[in-house]
Amino acid sequence: MKGLPPVLITAIVLVAGFALCAMQFPNIASTRVVGNLLTDNAFLGIVATGMTFVIISGGIDLSVGSVIGFTTVFVALAIERWGMPPLVAFVAILALSAAFGAAMGAVIHVFDLPPFIVTLAGMFLARGASFLLSTESVPITAPVYSTVSDFALRLPGGGRLTAVAIIMLAIVIGGALLLQLTRFGANVYALGGSRATASLMGVAVGRMTVKIYMLSSLLAGIAGIVFSFYTSAGYSLSAVGVELDTIAAVVIGGTLLTGGQGSVIGTFLGVLIQGMIQTYINFDGTLSSWWTKIATGVLLFAFIALQQGLVALARRPVAKRAGAVS
Amino acid sequence: MTALLPRRGLAQILALIVILAVDRVVSPQFFDLRLQDGRLFGSLIDVLNRGTPVALLSLGMVLVIATRGIDLSVGAVMAISGAIAASLADSHSLAVVLAAALGAGLICGLWNGFLVAVLGMQPIVATLILMVAGRGIAQLITEGRIVTFSSPDLVWFGNGSILGLPVSVAIALGMLILTGAVVRGSALGLLIEATGGNARASELAGVGTRAMILAVYVWCGVCAALAGVIAAADIMGADANNAGLWLELDAILAVVIGGTSLFGGRFSLVLAVLGALIIQTMNTGILLSGYPPEFNLLVKAVVVLAVLLLQSPKLSGFADVVTRLRRTKA
Repeated sequence: MKGLPPVLITAIVLVAGFALCAMQFPNIASTRVVGNLLTDNAFLGIVATGMTFVIISGGIDLSVGSVIGFTTVFVALAIERWGMPPLVAFVAILALSAAFGAAMGAVIHVFDLPPFIVTLAGMFLARGASFLLSTESVPITAPVYSTVSDFALRLPGGGRLTAVAIIMLAIVIGGALLLQLTRFGANVYALGGSRATASLMGVAVGRMTVKIYMLSSLLAGIAGIVFSFYTSAGYSLSAVGVELDTIAAVVIGGTLLTGGQGSVIGTFLGVLIQGMIQTYINFDGTLSSWWTKIATGVLLFAFIALQQGLVALARRPVAKRAGAVS
Repeated sequence: MTALLPRRGLAQILALIVILAVDRVVSPQFFDLRLQDGRLFGSLIDVLNRGTPVALLSLGMVLVIATRGIDLSVGAVMAISGAIAASLADSHSLAVVLAAALGAGLICGLWNGFLVAVLGMQPIVATLILMVAGRGIAQLITEGRIVTFSSPDLVWFGNGSILGLPVSVAIALGMLILTGAVVRGSALGLLIEATGGNARASELAGVGTRAMILAVYVWCGVCAALAGVIAAADIMGADANNAGLWLELDAILAVVIGGTSLFGGRFSLVLAVLGALIIQTMNTGILLSGYPPEFNLLVKAVVVLAVLLLQSPKLSGFADVVTRLRRTKA
């Protein structure tokens, strides 16, 4: 198992893929393209960071796309119609989404229900609520938005590292540190390994479950704000299906969907791989955007099959011993 | 277990009656039926007609869930089969069109079943692959366009009638009877329930669990393909982006409302179809009441939560305690 960690394989796929793309279209290997790639996938990177925690803990969160959609609509209405200062609106929506995630985590733990179906209900709820707020796209004209959109660090070679990309990088780094260096992170791994064992070891399983889903929804809320910076509008149908892209990014990043193993850095690489496929298709021009879905599906299959193989290899000696005893 | 309609369906039937009553209050002509050109028309028929795709999906999904699995790809499979049917309809005979569309569903089901049964992947993950890639494949078939057709043979599936019932409803009814006869007329249903109850114990007891799992995913794929053909015939075209979008969630919801546990084991085909009808009756009621259709999602969310809480092992334990306390008091 320790021979070649999944993250390394993801990194190799990313580098090899990027090299192939760059061979065909030399312009891809420029800071401008890479900067745009980071900007375009900023919200995905943020939400995937939260999803990594959830999946490592053995759960899943299908509601993130809807939470992003709800956030964009809420922020747009709060700023444009209800006259809230943008910062107040941001704080309000982040508190709201954190409470939403905490509620889902509480339902999952207290009633002992599968996370899949609880977050599915959450997905309906958040999407329905955003439809109720507004079915139309609401443009945001607040000055903060143009300031943030215009802000960018110049990179050598004409690239721009935009504010949303910086936010994403900060969250990815913060998430990685939280997962690897804190007691909270260790507990997340423990939960994913085995809930019963974690509970016996003294992990407060209930509190952890609530916190993990709270984190995921909070990051989805931040991703929603970033998404609204990116589009300068709030729309109830935005980010439909993002939960799938997110889960795909996490899996391609080497996180085990059964929980217990994975990393935020791997997820980040998974997001970059998806962005790279999209960029390649844009550069090619003749390929249609649906190839992104097929390529993502193929990559998903490859990585899941690889994990399956690794897990089978890791379990083999144990199975033999059990067979010998009986 | 022998009858198609078990005694435990009472809650679902009551729920359907209550929703129908609410619909009647909202729209006084809800129960009106009239016969025109040898086909029945009216809100009730509308509910049946529109509920058909989800009812078909839930027929396959309930078997998958009974084995403790889940199939997220049914919406994508609908898109694929609809795309195939629509692109072949005007150039090939109906038999070829149906064979191709249903064959595609069969292959999709085989793929899912292979991943779950042979490679041993988690069902959510295994079917996620096709859910993501399937819509891309469907768009590949339609070349990104909305393909329309005018072949009267295929259109008949959308607007024809058999004995006064819309064809799609008759097909769903036929599939329900066929599935019920195969599954409950033999030991197959019991073996599927055994697989879902405890796969390892069943394996040791001599149940071919792998074959069972493979078979239910294949059946689920075929049902989804049939739903896709009907959905395409209904709009006389195939839209790879939107055909069957989110219907996998409705199908899972229908199965859950039908009382089949997501943890596998006992299942009921009739109640799953009843669940699909409950969902559609709610949808139609919301439309008729003049509320914006956006309310649908909120109502669905509340229903999912309510059903989940009723099914929750913790809560049923609580109910047991309450009844036991009452008994001791009495």
